[in-house]
Amino acid sequence: MSLTNELIQQKLTDKFGDKLIDWAQPYGMLTFTAPKELNLKVLQFLYDDPELMFQFLTDLQAVHYPDNKGAELAVVYHLHNLTDNIRLRFKIFTDINNPDVYSATALFAAANFMERETYDFFGVNFTGHPNLIRILNVDEMDYFPMRKEFPLEDQSRVDKDDEMFGRG
Amino acid sequence: MSDHILLPEGSIEKLSTTLNLGPTHPATHGVFQNILELDGERILKATSTVGYIHRAFEKLAERRPLYQITPLTDRLNYCSSPINNMGWHITCERLFGITLPKRVDYLRIIIMELSRISDHLICNSIVGVDSGAFSGFLYLMQFRELIYEIYEEVCGSRLTTNIGRIGGFERNFTNKAFEKLEQFLATYPKQLKEFENLFNRNRIFMDRTIGCGAISAERALNYGFTGPNLRAAGVDYDVRVHTPYSSYEEFDFSIPVGKTGDCYDRFLVRNQEMWQSLSLINQAYNKVKEFKGADAEVFHADVPAYYLPEKKDVYTKMEALIYHFKIIMGETDIPAGELYSSVEAGNGELGFYLISDGGRTPYRLHFRRPCFIYYQAFEELIKGGMLSDAVITMSSLNLIAGELDA
Repeated sequence: MSLTNELIQQKLTDKFGDKLIDWAQPYGMLTFTAPKELNLKVLQFLYDDPELMFQFLTDLQAVHYPDNKGAELAVVYHLHNLTDNIRLRFKIFTDINNPDVYSATALFAAANFMERETYDFFGVNFTGHPNLIRILNVDEMDYFPMRKEFPLEDQSRVDKDDEMFGRG
Repeated sequence: MSDHILLPEGSIEKLSTTLNLGPTHPATHGVFQNILELDGERILKATSTVGYIHRAFEKLAERRPLYQITPLTDRLNYCSSPINNMGWHITCERLFGITLPKRVDYLRIIIMELSRISDHLICNSIVGVDSGAFSGFLYLMQFRELIYEIYEEVCGSRLTTNIGRIGGFERNFTNKAFEKLEQFLATYPKQLKEFENLFNRNRIFMDRTIGCGAISAERALNYGFTGPNLRAAGVDYDVRVHTPYSSYEEFDFSIPVGKTGDCYDRFLVRNQEMWQSLSLINQAYNKVKEFKGADAEVFHADVPAYYLPEKKDVYTKMEALIYHFKIIMGETDIPAGELYSSVEAGNGELGFYLISDGGRTPYRLHFRRPCFIYYQAFEELIKGGMLSDAVITMSSLNLIAGELDA
């Protein structure tokens, strides 16, 4: 295990300068934020660099932060270097009104379904995806259900007082 | 006369046949639809449709306290629910920073390896059934029953187990549970050996599965394969070794790998993993037996703020009642944090990506379901093969609809 979080951070900073921000290591996993135009460049660099070799896409999903105006949707990539057994996570933020993000399908075949799922639930529009259609929800659905403005329970109900249960 | 026959335009000129395999079809063992373009029996093109049993678990999880999310994880890969449950408990424990007593870790390993066996034995015997060999299925099925009886002794239920709690188990293992475990350990190896004798060098089975649904290691990695399907392609990636949890690092076991990534290799890898699991259970059980006296009564960590107390204590003890109320009513705030934690489930790396903002429920919870990720390779795997190979490839990938759709 020669590769460490610090070394990865150093290499990425050498390459991309101060464009990568919010470096942190929650629970030991290196985490940072990249500008959304650079997502493929970062993925490609992490993939190609002979030392980094992050060639396994573990997971890809989105998170909705409605209060984060202008950058409501975060797309989160989890990558794994299987040789050195080290993982990292990076995020890109995008405006919910312009949720265009470059698709990683050319690099990872695994990204196909994951991006379709992310599109299906959050409406992130992955440009360059070969078949960006709904995957788990019905085709007729006209909204993106995992966004926070869609509450789980029917808010018009008056017979349940959620205040009693700390749900507010 | 020809104006009376109303054929869709172009249907005469079309040289291939379109066939719907699924959504419900006896050979798919679940709700999967595949629209196949066939030239005779050869598959030219396949289009997979998923989502027939989508149950919005991620959305549900955003409104539930952590202990209420465990039953959701049951319903992912329902052939090995306990691993999913443990994976979720381990995620929560990592978030809280709880370290478990060793005995709990070993008991968990026993349960997790039992469910890995029950997962693999279903998959492998179904591969047998789909290739026309029914008897192996009958021989092994009775042992799944025995495994389910062990679950029943521990947690009271069989299929969707909801086994364990955050911080440990809901109760100590009974003597009956250990007796059944001993019975399993004594009888299963013989039966598994017989199962292997029936299949491993069976000419018909080999001809049927070798070279069928094969994938190279490179493609498998690119497709995000994990678990036995990746190992069958020759990559020795196993979460139990790479990111040990639940004290797996103390155990001695090997990771079987295949070479070609075809149905036959997947079958052999799963069989070998059952042997490894048996050895792990034996080791863990021996370690459990070393605990004597009060140590043998330990079945959970001492974390009253997170561990749901035993019901009999709730009725008789003040603290237990308070903590029970706080946990059930969601008064216990969970620490803020962001965490990815994974376990080696029956089908591969089952990951939980949990973002907590410090409230009573997760802000976001994402399940990395191995099935969902490797199913996208199915179209490529069956292309150019025969229709009957598609069926056997599907069962040897061990697709579980619950895990696929979440």
